[in-house]
Amino acid sequence: MPKLTVDGIEVTVEPGTTVLQACELAGKEIPRFCYHERLSIAGNCRMCLVEQEKAPKPIASCAMPAADGMVIKTDTPLVKKAREGVMEFLLINHPLDCPICDQGGECDLQDQSVGYGKGGSRYDENKRAVKDKYMGPLVATTMTRCIHCTRCVRFATEVAGVPELGAIGRGEDMQITTYLEKAFSSELSGNVIDLCPVGALTSKPYAFTARSWELRKTDSIDAMDALGSNIRVDARGPEVMRILPRLNEDVNEEWISDKTRFAYDGLKRRRLDRPYVRVNGKLQEASWNEAFAAIAKGLKGLKGEQIAAIAGDMACAESMLALKDLLAALGSANVECRQDGAKVDPAHRASYLFNSTIAGIDQADAILIVGSDPRHEAAVLNARIRKRFLRGNVKIAVIGEKLDLTYRYEHLGSGPAVLKAIADGQHAFAEALKGAQNPMIILGQGALARPDGDVVLGLAWQVADRCGLVKDGWNGFNVLHTAAARVAGLDLGFTSAGNVDGILTGAQSQAIKAVYLLGADEINTANLGAAFVIYQGSHGDAGAKRADVILPGAAYTEKDAVWVNTEGRVQLGRRAAAPPGEAREDWAIIRALSEVLGHKLPYDNQAALRRRMLEVAPHFSAVDRVTPAAWGVFGVNGMPNDTAFQSPIGDFYLTNPIARASATMAECSSIARGETLAMTGSDD
Amino acid sequence: MSGVHIAPPEMQPKDFAFTAENLEKAKAIIAKYPAGRQRSATMPLLDLAQRQHNGWVPMAAIRTIGEMLGVPEIRVLEVASFYTMYNLAPVGKHFVQVCTTTPCWLRGSDKVVEACEKHLGVKCGDTTADGQFTLIEVECLGACVNAPMMQIGDDYYEDLDAESTGKVLDALKRGEKPKVGPQNGRQTSAPLGGPTTLTTFNPPAGNAPVGGDD
Repeated sequence: MPKLTVDGIEVTVEPGTTVLQACELAGKEIPRFCYHERLSIAGNCRMCLVEQEKAPKPIASCAMPAADGMVIKTDTPLVKKAREGVMEFLLINHPLDCPICDQGGECDLQDQSVGYGKGGSRYDENKRAVKDKYMGPLVATTMTRCIHCTRCVRFATEVAGVPELGAIGRGEDMQITTYLEKAFSSELSGNVIDLCPVGALTSKPYAFTARSWELRKTDSIDAMDALGSNIRVDARGPEVMRILPRLNEDVNEEWISDKTRFAYDGLKRRRLDRPYVRVNGKLQEASWNEAFAAIAKGLKGLKGEQIAAIAGDMACAESMLALKDLLAALGSANVECRQDGAKVDPAHRASYLFNSTIAGIDQADAILIVGSDPRHEAAVLNARIRKRFLRGNVKIAVIGEKLDLTYRYEHLGSGPAVLKAIADGQHAFAEALKGAQNPMIILGQGALARPDGDVVLGLAWQVADRCGLVKDGWNGFNVLHTAAARVAGLDLGFTSAGNVDGILTGAQSQAIKAVYLLGADEINTANLGAAFVIYQGSHGDAGAKRADVILPGAAYTEKDAVWVNTEGRVQLGRRAAAPPGEAREDWAIIRALSEVLGHKLPYDNQAALRRRMLEVAPHFSAVDRVTPAAWGVFGVNGMPNDTAFQSPIGDFYLTNPIARASATMAECSSIARGETLAMTGSDD
Repeated sequence: MSGVHIAPPEMQPKDFAFTAENLEKAKAIIAKYPAGRQRSATMPLLDLAQRQHNGWVPMAAIRTIGEMLGVPEIRVLEVASFYTMYNLAPVGKHFVQVCTTTPCWLRGSDKVVEACEKHLGVKCGDTTADGQFTLIEVECLGACVNAPMMQIGDDYYEDLDAESTGKVLDALKRGEKPKVGPQNGRQTSAPLGGPTTLTTFNPPAGNAPVGGDD
C-alpha cells in the first residue's frame, strides 16, 4: 500500500487512491469543483492543484494516483498562488451576480473564492454571456454562471444512466446543454442541482423563494417510496420550502428522486385543514367534537367484526399501531395495510423484506428482477443497481415488462411461467443463480399484488431455496415495496387474513358496515359499498371524497414518526412544520377518538405509544439499523396463471395524494407523457 | 464571439439516411474498429454525412449516426460541435476558408480576404445569395510554407495575392475547376523560380540514384 507524506504527515492509502483523497485522509482540505466522490474523474477545473516534490509544476491532485514515497505539500506559496490563479480564471467569465443568485449562501464558488481566491481580478474585457437552456420543469438554468466542471454531464451519464446532457462547442464557446434542449428525462434529475458547484443549475420550483440561511433545517425521512431516503426538510415558518437529500451510504447514498425532492408543493394544496361531516349527502365543515360525535353515532350498535380499517401508503407506524389497538378494543381484527392486496406473508418477516439490504446490491453478482420496475418504483435503488452494473461481472435478468431500466439486462419473459421454469431448474438462469456468489431476486409488487400473488411468492421462495440465494451471511430474497408505510404495517401486524379484498367484499356484502381509512387513497372507493367511511388523512383525494367523516391528519413532514423502509430499516422522521389549520398528528387523533368511543387507548404521549410499539415489534428499538429476518418457508404451492407481470406504478410522478396535489409533479407527468403544453415552463 | 452555430429547426431535414454507396463505406469504416469500440467511427461517419449532405451535418444525421454506433445523440453532437471542420448549418457549394493566422497574415492574407469579399460580395461568415459560396476566416490550415492560402472544398489554393484570388473565384463562378496548389507558378513548396541548391548535382553514369520510388 502506497505510503506518502502530506504536509509532513505520513499517510498510508489503498492502492488506487488519488492524491486528493490522501490529502483528505491527512486532514487537509483541498478545494475542488469538478471532483466528486461518486462520479468519474474529470480533472478539468484545476482547483485542486497541490505541490509535489520533484514535480516540475503543480499537480491536479484529483487525477493523480497516490504513489509510494510521494511528498505532497498543500500549504506552500506555490499552491496558494496556483489556487489564486485558477480562481481568477474561473471568475473571468462568471457573472458575480451572487445577490440575485439562488445558490448564494451555499455556493462552492462563493465559499472557495473567499477561502482561496485573491479578492480581485485583472480581467477588464467583456465577460461572455451564454443563453439559458431548457432542462425541464425542475432544473432552472443560468448558464452564464457555469464553470464547466461537467459534474452534471457525468451524473446524467453515469449515475442516472440517461445520457442526455453534454458539453457542446469548445474552449470559450463550450456550453452545457441537453440534447436539442429537451427536458432531462431522468427520475433523478434534481440531483444535478445539488451537484452544481455554482448557481448554473438551480431548483426551478424553489427559485427566488428563500435564502438558505433563513431556513429551518430538519433531518427527516422520505415517504414517497418504500426506500426511506434520508432527507433534510427546509422550512420557513409553517411552509416547507424545499427538500434535500442527506447522506446515508446504506440507503440513498446522497441522491433522492425527483418525486422526493419536488412533490413538496403538494403539501400546500388540497389540504384537509379541518374536520368534515357528511350531512344530507354533502360534506360540511365541522369541529373536532362534532366529527367525533358523528363517528360515535356511525359506529353505534356495530359489532366489532363489522368495523374495518385500511391504512394508506404514507401512514406512519404510530398511527397504524394506535388504529390497530383502537379496532382491537372495539373487537375488530379487520385491519389491512396492503391496499394493493400484495400477497406477502405477514407471518414471515423474511417474506416481505428486502433482505439483502440496499447496500447489499453492491455485492450482488446475479440479479433477477421479477415483476418490478425499479426505475419508477424506487429510482434511487435503481441507480444502485446501475452502479453495480457499471462495475461489471454481474448478470441481470428481468421477468416482467421490458422497460428501459438504464442498464442492460436479459429479458427472460413476462409472466410467472419463466419463474416456474427457474424454480424447477429448467431455465438457464437457474444455473447463473446457482453459480453466483451473492445471487439475489427482487420481487416487485407487480408480481405479488395479483390474484395468484401467493403462488408467485411460493415460486420465488423455491427459486431462493433451490438456487442457493439464502446462505450464511447472505439472504438474496428481496421484496421491493412501493409504499413507505408497508413494512411498518406488516411488522406491526396491521393485516388480516382476507387481505384488502376481504374488507372490500365485506363492505359490499354489508358484512362490514364501517371502514376507517387511514390515508388510504389507492383502493377503489366504489367497492366500499354502503359502509360508513371515516377518512383520516392529509389530502382531499379519493378517500376523502367517499368519506362520511373526515379527520384532518398530518403529512409526513408534519409529524415525528417512525418509518420502516423496504429492507426493514427503522428510521425516525421528524416534524419540520406544523400541520395546517385544525389538522393534528395522526396518532393523537386516534387517541382522542378512542376516548370518545369509550375505549381510551393506554398512551398519553408519543413516548408511551412508542413503548407500546416496542412490545409489539421489539426490533423497532434498532433505529437506523436493519434487523435481519429469519428465513422460513412461505408462499403457496400451485400453478400460477400466466398473465404478464405489470408494475403497479402507472405514473411515477403521481403515486400518492401529496404528489397528485403537486403542480410540479403534474407538469413533470405531462412532459413524461409527451404532452407539449408544459413547454411554457421554459420562459422563466 | 462565434459560438456553436446550429441550423434552426426549420432548416433541419426531418430524416437523414446514408445513400447505399455511403452506407457501404460507413460499414467499412465501422468494421475498422474492434467490437465494442464502434464509437471511434463517430468522426469519419460525421465526415461522410457532411460530404453527402451538401457540406453540412444536419441533426437528423447526428441521430442516425448515434443509432448506427449505439452512441447517445448528445455524445455525437459534442464531437460534431467541438471540431470546427464539421458544419452544423448549411454552407454554399464552394466553402471558402481563408487562413488568417500569423504566417499567412504576414504574407498578406488581409488582401486575400479583401479580394474574396469584393469578388463574392459577402463578408466573412456569410453565404452568397445564390448559395454558391460561403466565405469564412479560419485558423492555420498547415500550409504556412505556401502562405497566404485558402481552402475551397477539399482543395488548397496557395501563394495567393489579391489578383490570383480573384482569378480562382471567378473560375469557380464560371463552373471551371482552377488548378489547385500554388497560384504563382511555384512547384509545390519548392523555391519560386526554380531550385537554389543542388543545382550542379549530376549522378555518376551507371549508378542508380539513391533511394527510389518503391
